[in-house]
Amino acid sequence: MSEWQPKILAILCNWCSYAGADLAGVSRMQYPPNVRVVRIPCSGRVDPLMILKGLQSGFDGVLVSGCHPGDCHYISGNFVARRRFAVLKPLLEFVGVEPDRVQFSWISAGEGERFAQVVTKVTEDIRKIGPAKRLVKGA
Amino acid sequence: MGSKRNSVLIVGAGIAGIQAALDLAEMGVEVHLVEDTPTIGGRMPQLDKTFPTNDCSMCILSPKMSECARHPGIQIHILSNLKNVSGKPGRFKCTILERAKYVDPVKCVACGLCEDKCPVKIEDTFDVGLRTRKAISRYFLQSIPAEYTIDKDKCLYLTKGVCRICEKTCEAGAINYEDKDREVELEVGAIILAAGIDPFDPIGFGHFGYHRYPDVVTSLEFERMLSASGPMGGHVVRASNGKEPKKLAFIQCVGSRDEGIDRNYCSSACCMFAIKQSIIAKEHIKDLDSSIFYMDIRAFGKDFDKYYEKAEKQYGVKFKRSKVADIIETPEGKLRLRYTLEKGTTQYEEFDMVVLSIGLQAREANQRLSEDLDIRLNEFGFCRSERFSPLMTSREGVFVCGAMNGPKDIPESVVSASGAVANAVRFLDLERQGLPTADESIPEKNVIGQRPRIGVFVCHCGINIAGVVDVKDVAEYAGTLENVEHTEDVMYACSTDCLDTIKKRIEEHDLNRVVVAACTPRTHEPLFRETINEAGLNPYLFEMANIRDQCSWAHMDQPELATIKSKDLVEMGVAKSRGLQPLERLPIEIDPKALVIGGGLSGMTSALSLADAGHQVYLIEKEDELGGNLRNIFFNFDDKDPQVFLGDLIKKVSRHKMIEVLKGAEIEDISGYIGNYKTSLKAGSGKEGRLLDHGVVIVATGGEEHKTEEYLLGKSSRIVTQVEFERMLHEKDFPAGKLKNVVMIQCVGSREEGRMYCSRICCSKAVKNALELKKVKSKTNVYFAYRDIRTYGFSEKYYTELRDEGTVFLRYTPDSKPVVELIDEDVTDSRARVTVFDPIMDRDVVIDADLVVLATAIDAPEKNEELAKKLKVPLNADGMFLEAHVKLRPVDFATEGVFLCGLAHSPKDMDESQAQAKAAASRALTFLNRKAVLAEGTICQVMTDRCSGCSYCESICAYSAIEVDPEKLVAVVNEALCKGCGACVASCRCGALDLRGFTNQQMYSVFDSLDLVITEKVGD
Ligand code: FES
Repeated sequence: MSEWQPKILAILCNWCSYAGADLAGVSRMQYPPNVRVVRIPCSGRVDPLMILKGLQSGFDGVLVSGCHPGDCHYISGNFVARRRFAVLKPLLEFVGVEPDRVQFSWISAGEGERFAQVVTKVTEDIRKIGPAKRLVKGA
Repeated sequence: MGSKRNSVLIVGAGIAGIQAALDLAEMGVEVHLVEDTPTIGGRMPQLDKTFPTNDCSMCILSPKMSECARHPGIQIHILSNLKNVSGKPGRFKCTILERAKYVDPVKCVACGLCEDKCPVKIEDTFDVGLRTRKAISRYFLQSIPAEYTIDKDKCLYLTKGVCRICEKTCEAGAINYEDKDREVELEVGAIILAAGIDPFDPIGFGHFGYHRYPDVVTSLEFERMLSASGPMGGHVVRASNGKEPKKLAFIQCVGSRDEGIDRNYCSSACCMFAIKQSIIAKEHIKDLDSSIFYMDIRAFGKDFDKYYEKAEKQYGVKFKRSKVADIIETPEGKLRLRYTLEKGTTQYEEFDMVVLSIGLQAREANQRLSEDLDIRLNEFGFCRSERFSPLMTSREGVFVCGAMNGPKDIPESVVSASGAVANAVRFLDLERQGLPTADESIPEKNVIGQRPRIGVFVCHCGINIAGVVDVKDVAEYAGTLENVEHTEDVMYACSTDCLDTIKKRIEEHDLNRVVVAACTPRTHEPLFRETINEAGLNPYLFEMANIRDQCSWAHMDQPELATIKSKDLVEMGVAKSRGLQPLERLPIEIDPKALVIGGGLSGMTSALSLADAGHQVYLIEKEDELGGNLRNIFFNFDDKDPQVFLGDLIKKVSRHKMIEVLKGAEIEDISGYIGNYKTSLKAGSGKEGRLLDHGVVIVATGGEEHKTEEYLLGKSSRIVTQVEFERMLHEKDFPAGKLKNVVMIQCVGSREEGRMYCSRICCSKAVKNALELKKVKSKTNVYFAYRDIRTYGFSEKYYTELRDEGTVFLRYTPDSKPVVELIDEDVTDSRARVTVFDPIMDRDVVIDADLVVLATAIDAPEKNEELAKKLKVPLNADGMFLEAHVKLRPVDFATEGVFLCGLAHSPKDMDESQAQAKAAASRALTFLNRKAVLAEGTICQVMTDRCSGCSYCESICAYSAIEVDPEKLVAVVNEALCKGCGACVASCRCGALDLRGFTNQQMYSVFDSLDLVITEKVGD
């Protein structure tokens, strides 16, 4: 059997991070094929439950990425998101989800290279932690 | 004047003509697009990839071609020429000749049977002779219109009276040998010429062995070889032996920068073209060794130098500064290049294949057009435009764009096209448009409550996707998913043919949702949404899976994993699609006023264009004076005085009753959205604050001279920048006579760490000032220390002139920069000793200079960052504003209603800035000339029964779009204000809010769609 490949859910805002992901492709930057991208209008759309649902669905990790603070297309969505994530992080740890399993980042439309780097790092981090089992349905 | 016509005739349907047509049509102007060949598209469809992003040319063009074809305001006349123009601007009478097609376009279904059966093979001009086609044919696979045409000079029946095979084969009965040429009379307000350019034909260059040696090809032939849809399917092989080349050479400037053949201009695009081809070729052929033989690398555009760097460092392309003398084929079948290095030594090297980077030349047809239309051409046969009016011809009301008035790359062509439109509208009777009326003939199907019937289309995108991902496998897999009623793999999902196919399949299979797995929804979703809408489906019943930009391109070396990922992405798309519901779009009113930020050349030009079109403009300038950098420019290559021009411009702007100039203004805040912006200006120093309402924003904040102490700038009054030097030259008492030696140093701050870009105008500026100096004092010795001379386009001849004047050109490299020392440390006007290593003589040259002139870089103003934040638009790595798409949307931001131009975009010269400023105005007009646009349907909804009326959402919403009704105590969304970010949804404690198009349920079902638990947790 082939080596275990982590599957990672990446929730990206349309205006910055999704565009950054496109730019990485256009610039032919290569990164591990483990992320499955879901496009949303803004990182402010992401609530803690959505991240938990992602883990529950069986993803080994979740990456949420939006515009840099101050650059959100909807003015302040990423600030709201940042506040929520600050609360969620310790909670996840409390219930036993390894801290690196859920990560947040800010990637702008011009940062294709950064997208590739972030994805590479997140993939490696999660590969190290191993498959998720904590919240997985039926595991 | 009511007598003006609201229509424009455009000659040439390449990218420039298409862009102009679309801009005009969006403003509600009737457009006649007159094209000589059987299809629109021009040169771009022949290209494989575009620099510097390696974007697929056809992929980015295709949506625009389709848009042109479907727009009710655009009438395409193929195989047509403009013959005659009479009358006055505002009301021209034009005669066009439409040549016979011999195929009835209404009956032809483009099945291709006729072409199969036609016995006559002819050269395929689209594939530059690398393939043959038939006498009846379709120009290329995605040509628009799709119908076939007969080449009357080659058809057996039409020439010899025998055959008629196609007539017998055609089941639609579309063949009509009796078809005749016909003249069509049209009345239009203005004319835009966009007839394009031709590649140079190197057939006369016997010493390069073109046509004698099969492995010597032109860059255009090579481009077709690289193209996935080209004659070799993207697999480059040598014509001599059918094997892959292992060693490849590019020879630059074939037919450019060559006085001997009357081509004393630079074709501007070939350096980048060769760099691109060498990169792409390396991607196709592993371990390919490729070398570029060149005089100067002219990578002067936005982000071009980074691309050049990438080619050299990352792809190992070898750059060889030399002149190639000739090519000889060795008995072993290799091509031996004889070339001379700078030093004068001759070398030989053998290659498998040689690409001649052919230049661009004026089309022969320009001559005829110039006579028929009475417009002037320049010395090289290009349409002539005067300085300061870059898009005008010599005839009033007739404008020019694209490469017809000089070599241009794609974005510059697009810019000039939009710019020409801004000029043309002055002669039109523009009327503000209402909302686009929905086509009543296609009523929207009611799908609510129906079981999802999903159609999945998986795109090959040539080899962009199919080269990595097993597209057929993905399409088949999609067929196994629940609710998928139809699946199919297609060559180019966005081609007009395929769009028609999608519509047909919706009909045939009664589909009520469509998923396309292709490129990115950011560029293509609107096109597909519109398509399904034409088939009667609500546009929001569409979903896209991005298997190119975020899959095949990002995982080129892992085809299997990329295929697995593609399947997952399709599966997620299908899951999303199941839950999609039809959504309604509400109109947003457009405030017809504009805000232009920056009162330099670009800002003033934009403001004037908008004001002339009848719109109120607020022009804000941070300084107390208008003019920006143009205030420092005193000379031009010709006699037109920039300061006189500037004075006139300022006068026009200041006196225009539709323009309010706000000097010394500082922006406090910008809020709002397309059509409804509010900008507040700071109060202070005797000024009151202001609040401006406007519908659009144009960013024209300019650039700044790079501040540096390099080369002892500031340490002596004899060490100055080019800007300072120009001012000195301009002053009456400038002691030119006392200058024996002047040293000019180029690229000060440019093209190096921290500023890895070319400032573009410094070479021409330095050449201009040097010539100006020579005019005053011809005996002065001018030394020119440079890295590459980048006098692109028609500036080349001034460079030649300066060289002929006896100027000493000394090339330096970044690791052996010139050294400047003060001769007398104690005085403030010390002369300077400059030491430059001369690679030609292979030793240091020491010059005691009376004046050292530094070509300092153009910087992005630091303030850009602040403004970018206020406008919510991005900057690139160099701090310059980042446009929506570097090739095809060069003056738009991704955010609707915000545009950019001039140095805020990247360094450029005056004419280029003006063209871009007009382009920004014209793009802005496409909105301002409408009373309303439609908002997105993806907005917030309240499930009233769950709402507790806590009003937390009120505090979250940045647009005050949600409020708790004080009586009913439930939240209510103001649908006109809601932007659909979803921040309130994620904050709602009761789960009473949801975001249409991105509902919680939809998201969760996407997450749940993949079979993660079972397969991946084995052995855990
Ligand atoms: S739009 Fe990117 S975070 Fe809000």
